Amino acid sequence: MSRDRRTYMLNMGPQHPAMHGVIRLLLELEGERIVSTEVEIGYLHRAFEKHAESETWNNVVPWTDRLNYVSPLINNSGYCLAVEKLAGITIPERGQYLRVISSEISRVADHLTCVGASAMELGAFTVFLYLIKAREYLYQLIDELTGARVTTSYTRVGGVKADMPEGFPDNVRAAFQLVREAVADCDKLLTKNRIFMDRVDGTGVISRADALAFGITGPFLRSTGVPYDVRRAHPYLVYDRLDFEVPVGSKGDNFDRYLCRMAEIEQSMRIVEQCFAQIPAGKHSLEASEMKDAFVYQDMGKQGETALLKKYKAKVDQTLQGGQRGERADILTGDRTMVMPAKEDTYGSIEGLMNHFETVMWTWGIKVPPGEAYVAVEGGNGELGFHIVSTGSDRPYRVRCRPPCLNPMAALPQLLKGGWIADIVATFGSVNMIAGELDR
Amino acid sequence: MMNSQTRRVGAAEVFEALQTLKHEGYNVLMDLTAIDWSAAGAQAPGARRFEVVYRLAKIDPDTGNDNGRVEVRCFVNDSSAELRSAARLWPIADWLEREVWDMFGIRFADRPGIKRLLLYESFEGHPLCKDYPIAKRQPLIGPAAGEPANNPSFNSAAPTVKYE
Repeated sequence: MSRDRRTYMLNMGPQHPAMHGVIRLLLELEGERIVSTEVEIGYLHRAFEKHAESETWNNVVPWTDRLNYVSPLINNSGYCLAVEKLAGITIPERGQYLRVISSEISRVADHLTCVGASAMELGAFTVFLYLIKAREYLYQLIDELTGARVTTSYTRVGGVKADMPEGFPDNVRAAFQLVREAVADCDKLLTKNRIFMDRVDGTGVISRADALAFGITGPFLRSTGVPYDVRRAHPYLVYDRLDFEVPVGSKGDNFDRYLCRMAEIEQSMRIVEQCFAQIPAGKHSLEASEMKDAFVYQDMGKQGETALLKKYKAKVDQTLQGGQRGERADILTGDRTMVMPAKEDTYGSIEGLMNHFETVMWTWGIKVPPGEAYVAVEGGNGELGFHIVSTGSDRPYRVRCRPPCLNPMAALPQLLKGGWIADIVATFGSVNMIAGELDR
Repeated sequence: MMNSQTRRVGAAEVFEALQTLKHEGYNVLMDLTAIDWSAAGAQAPGARRFEVVYRLAKIDPDTGNDNGRVEVRCFVNDSSAELRSAARLWPIADWLEREVWDMFGIRFADRPGIKRLLLYESFEGHPLCKDYPIAKRQPLIGPAAGEPANNPSFNSAAPTVKYE
């Protein structure tokens, strides 16, 4: 080895905690200055796109949970919107509002996680605990709504699987109050904090032109001052009826990205509150019909007492797909070839039972007409696109997911170049890399 | 809801078509992907096996509006490098082309080299091809398979250090 060596290599990750265990950076360093970086990804590759080709249309939904697992509800909606676009289905208005409500709760959870985790990596452990506690309130809401905290699988092709439980709007308002307090506390802890500012102000800078050349979207692009937001540029669901701001930064550094995310948390909560004011009333609270346990209902059907069945509703779990007769029409399309029948029909009539089986039987399930569709939604990190190809069978021919955090990861070498090793943690944290979606 | 125009071009003209569109104001390469039509039978739109899709957007940096989208589509065969790399136009094309190579085995010309993006170098086959069976097993790699520690399959990033 020669003595006049100027630079040396450092392997950062995949086991480094700040690399989240899934990213490897090969750094070329001169002292503590970064000369060049090579990013290696793929440690969490799970063959999502390949696997989707062997699943039926609805069975892909649980796999989308695992893309961006911090905001799975947005992935659920994005995938189903793409399939619905191809199939030419419009879902009922209440279902659309429920998708927006769930997506925005998910987005708040996503931003809380990103800000909290990146602050923790910079040493602000209190902030992490405050924000993860706030996220916990949101996870409880998601649990109430979907029956699961993370693996939500809430949407179905043609709607959502269940209406919201009673009292849900009040629970959301109460949870948002606590989230607002936590965000305000963290704002006080971080925004003018000298230690935090020294780490994030002016580091990881990207210009507008570079951000667009790298196809970056979401808070990362908005931090450079480009107010591109899919919800604004290509309104989907009911976003065109909702009033919200698109917060932008000016410098495109880590601090601006932090501020953008903090501001977006508030905007998302505003959207949810407006949704509760606008959402059309569901039928389940209006029709007071007598409830029967599902097995009693089923037995009545078997004993031929079908004339009586219309009087009753089957008592099934809120989160069970199909749900009850009245509310089902509010949240799922009426197309019988696309969605499961109501549980009363399945339990109470042979036609309903056959309809139910036809939607789940191998090679019999829902079929989407041949063609292609691309739909993008605003994910936690930017434009989350689904490109879907159908040949008319009961399963997709190809599903392509455009992962929004791939673009800033590709730009990472440029962001890090010339900076200090210590900036890696701040810059990488502001990317909000979610390996589930990056590696698919 | 998002709508876009479609432009079909020959594989040889892709770079020129993209360059023209970039001059027309399509400033963002949103996505680049491919479709393997070999299992679609009569529904395949062309005689050639793969279709490569470039998805462009025209984003106004000041207003944030998206002033139109276009999909540039072309058919290619897998064997030769017919497509010219778009990395000169948009730096993100580098990673997206690596993914298309990784998943479909489609080569790109006019770029220094290509490395798999998500999989490792000694991975056999290109998994999103329709002839790649979903249950296919890959050979064991790494020290457990008796390979030396400097094997490129688990140390694939070429050192970029230049010793003087």
